[in-house]
Amino acid sequence: MANKEWPLWEVFIRSKKGLSHKHVGSLRASDSQMAIKNARDVYTRRSEGISIWVTKSNSIFASKPDESDSLYEPSDSKVYRHPTFYDIPDGIEHM
Amino acid sequence: MKDQDISKLEQKFQEKIDNDIKIEPRDWMPDDYRQTLIRQISQHAHSEVVGMLPEGNWITRAPNLRRKAVLLAKVQDEAGHGLYLYSAVETLGANREQTIDDLHSGIAKYSSIFNYPTLSWADMGAIGWLVDGAAIMNQVPLCRCSYGPYARAMVRICKEESFHQRQGFEIMTTLMKGTVQQKKMAQDALDRFWWPSLMMFGPNDEDSKHTAKSINWKIKRHTNDELRQMFVDATVPQAELIGLKIPDKDLVWNKERGHYDFGEINWDEFWQVVKGNGPCNNHRIETRKKAKENGLWVIEAANAYEQKRKIKKVS
Repeated sequence: MANKEWPLWEVFIRSKKGLSHKHVGSLRASDSQMAIKNARDVYTRRSEGISIWVTKSNSIFASKPDESDSLYEPSDSKVYRHPTFYDIPDGIEHM
Repeated sequence: MKDQDISKLEQKFQEKIDNDIKIEPRDWMPDDYRQTLIRQISQHAHSEVVGMLPEGNWITRAPNLRRKAVLLAKVQDEAGHGLYLYSAVETLGANREQTIDDLHSGIAKYSSIFNYPTLSWADMGAIGWLVDGAAIMNQVPLCRCSYGPYARAMVRICKEESFHQRQGFEIMTTLMKGTVQQKKMAQDALDRFWWPSLMMFGPNDEDSKHTAKSINWKIKRHTNDELRQMFVDATVPQAELIGLKIPDKDLVWNKERGHYDFGEINWDEFWQVVKGNGPCNNHRIETRKKAKENGLWVIEAANAYEQKRKIKKVS
């Protein structure tokens, strides 16, 4: 227990107000406070951010890469979900 | 898994590579690709971390506060670069502590350049200008590497690295405008760091066992010799501009090739340093080991603190 490795954290940074947080990388820290402090030192040395999120890597659940075909295929086949699918008569400039 | 399935997966993998589609951590990849990346990225990380030592040597002796602040910021960047890269290694399923132990036991290598001593302040100039310059040559193409996390780490690193080279060249330029002794110091630093900098690009192409495979997988985009030539072509005019002389009697502009010809590298020296017999190899590894041992209590204390906090929360 004494030499147990610190857990791995994923770091998300909001670069400026109005933008969402974006994944920038990971780091190790013993707790959330240290993770945020380390993230500040490691990922915002050149004013890259104004807000930091951290979460333990093992609490992220992800879709499986090999299922991506079946998962996303339906959105490709339903072209009528895109505005370009529809004919608009001449004379209408903006819609 | 059946052989047939594996060859199908391999085919799909190579198609992605050929079409410049990045490979991400959870995608299927050949074991060889994974191992090659673990070796290369961890050695890259080790180089960033060991690379702090020759420069750390001069932080307390920088000639003024401006230089000291700059050097501190640079060394702090190198620590950050090491961390981005260790994180990239971890996405491949490698254990970070294990890769560090491999460095300490001598299984894993790091850039041979950091086994040379930094004898004078001018060496801070030579390292920033030449060593970081050579590193940038190597790293810019790695931003397009086929493995996503490595490529993304390299984008950050390259952005930060460009100040490193400039501050080094500024040190050299300032010395070359100084007294006779200062000019001598700058030339002496160039004399000592020129050839080891050329060695940073690794063995000649015909002797490089990993190059062909790495290029096929788009981990590497240029061969060692191509990168070395690019570095020489870029650096020679910079030296001339500030009045430094490159210590190579065979160096000459080749009009036909449109490149500089340069002398033969002392490969015996290169292999000696790679095998651990350079001037500072033992010292560097001993320093790293001590840093880990002396820092263990921090890991333990932070763990104990977190444990205590958890108990408090529950009660």
